[in-house]
Amino acid sequence: MKRLLSLLLGIAAICVLLAFSANKLQSTSGDSSAKVLNLYNWGDYIDPALITKFQKETGYHVNVETFDSNEAMFTKIKQGGTSYDLTVPSDYMIEKMRAAHLLKPLDKSRLTGFANLDARFTNQSFDPHNRYSVPYFWGTLGIIYNDQSIKPEEVQHWNDLWQPKFKNKIMLIDSTRDVLGFSLVSMNQSMNTTNPAILKAAQAKLNRLSPNVKAVVADEIKMYMTENEAPLAVDWSGEASEMIANNPHLHYVVPTEGSNLWFDNLVIPKTAKHYKAIYAFLNFMLKPENAAQNAEYIGYATPNKKAKALLPKSIRNDKQFYPSDRTIANLQVYSDLSPHTIGLYNDLYLEFKMNHH
Amino acid sequence: MKSKTNNLFYFIPYGLWLLLFVMAPVALIVYHSFLNLNQHFTLDNYITYFKSGTYLMMTLNSLWYALLITVATLLISYPTAYLLSNLKHKQLWLLLIILPTWINLLLKAYAFIGIFSQSGVANQFLTFIGIGPQQLLFTNFSFIFVATYIQIPFMILPIFNSIEDLNQSYINASHDLGATSWQTFRKVIWPMTLPGVKAGVQSVFIPSLSLFMLTRLIGGNKVITLGTAIEEHFLITMNWGMGSTIGVVLIVAMVVIMIFTGESKTRGGVPK
Repeated sequence: MKRLLSLLLGIAAICVLLAFSANKLQSTSGDSSAKVLNLYNWGDYIDPALITKFQKETGYHVNVETFDSNEAMFTKIKQGGTSYDLTVPSDYMIEKMRAAHLLKPLDKSRLTGFANLDARFTNQSFDPHNRYSVPYFWGTLGIIYNDQSIKPEEVQHWNDLWQPKFKNKIMLIDSTRDVLGFSLVSMNQSMNTTNPAILKAAQAKLNRLSPNVKAVVADEIKMYMTENEAPLAVDWSGEASEMIANNPHLHYVVPTEGSNLWFDNLVIPKTAKHYKAIYAFLNFMLKPENAAQNAEYIGYATPNKKAKALLPKSIRNDKQFYPSDRTIANLQVYSDLSPHTIGLYNDLYLEFKMNHH
Repeated sequence: MKSKTNNLFYFIPYGLWLLLFVMAPVALIVYHSFLNLNQHFTLDNYITYFKSGTYLMMTLNSLWYALLITVATLLISYPTAYLLSNLKHKQLWLLLIILPTWINLLLKAYAFIGIFSQSGVANQFLTFIGIGPQQLLFTNFSFIFVATYIQIPFMILPIFNSIEDLNQSYINASHDLGATSWQTFRKVIWPMTLPGVKAGVQSVFIPSLSLFMLTRLIGGNKVITLGTAIEEHFLITMNWGMGSTIGVVLIVAMVVIMIFTGESKTRGGVPK
């Protein structure tokens, strides 16, 4: 009986401890006191030096928490219990969050420096007139090749990937919309197609690409390409810039006929509390010198026109990450499709992955 | 009377555990599997599963690879366990086999990427002996190899224990009565260690059914199992209903396997 009592006491003690630490954890996931800003960002997606600078300039303390997928971020904000002031969803997710009433509209009168942004990257379909979001970074989907075995002129267009000589040489990013998307573009179709027949045709075309596909992988693609495991890959510009930094033989091409144009924008979720700090931060990040410093650190393309002008020439004129106007005109932004259509995309994509042996 | 309440008290921690971490999650999965994207009650998920060739193919694929992994693991583990039980410092050797299970699965997978890649150790060796570099990653071989490597300790342990329990006098008796080594193995050792083999098969086959990380990291998504589909439904399409349906099918498959490999009490078996 005595042993049992101590056992029960032990369990009770553990419960108290758990409750205490849960409470503690919850209070740290978003401090709600006055002079703070709770930033919910992608991992390693802001120059830490800028945070220090912001804290020094304004006196606000910045709490950064990170997420690794739009969906995870969405779920966490939707469930509540957090007090994030700013977060950084991608284009289609902004549309989805808006529809779910998870965003607070921006008060444009409190924003300074919005005019610094390139008009080509504002007023996008996912957020007309930027009522909810301030562009943070943008990028593309494209082809990465290794100049040791591939000549630049061999891979300028999506259709080039289907050449029989690239048998077992291509790595694809494991992402439903991107993989089906480039197949759609290669057929001159919209990347936001909802027509099942066209989608099936895009999948059938992908199945013909199967012999060339070496693997369908996720983040590891960077490591594989850097280590010359494959000479060709389809991945996002941000990932490409990291690979190129580690292996100078790699190059990135955005096919002129079109590709995906993606955005990560700053938004104010409904959990926000510190409006003064929020606008101080947004204005801070809109300043050309800060945006330029951030772009140089992260390696993604900045939507801030004045910041771009401050970047070193080698970055500013790099056609890989700042493609020509003609190419940009052909880029397409993903829209938030209905769950039914996303289901269809996903089923077709799974089938494609099953068919490739 | 007192001992009865005592027993009830003892059951509380286990009962709570069972309720919170076994029954509640399973009940939730079953519940979700009957919901469609609009959170309405429906049987559609199951109809989709059994009508679409894709999911059935995927199920067969999962079963096939799980079977290959289990057979490969068994072929390596049984002789190893047998050898171990005859060694002098068997506990030490056993510890060395268990040791890798202390390392995170993801780390082990990444280590194998390094070994199997184009410039990896394996290919350096192949080049050294004159065969030249081969494509090792993203092949069925490498997937089964790594999965087998990871599962081996879980197969060796139960087999080792059942061989340890084996009474040496039965083997001696078998030899004394004129049985050959092969006959002794087939008629005496194998039936008596079968419970260990069954336990090992259970603990290897069932997790192998839903491997999903290795299929991408090592298999390059050339091997697609039900685990991959569940991951996609929960994380990308956010169709938790369909994901749960696949989960329920997996749970049912596991129960079936447990029944098949479980010990049958009616047959009595070999006396210890």
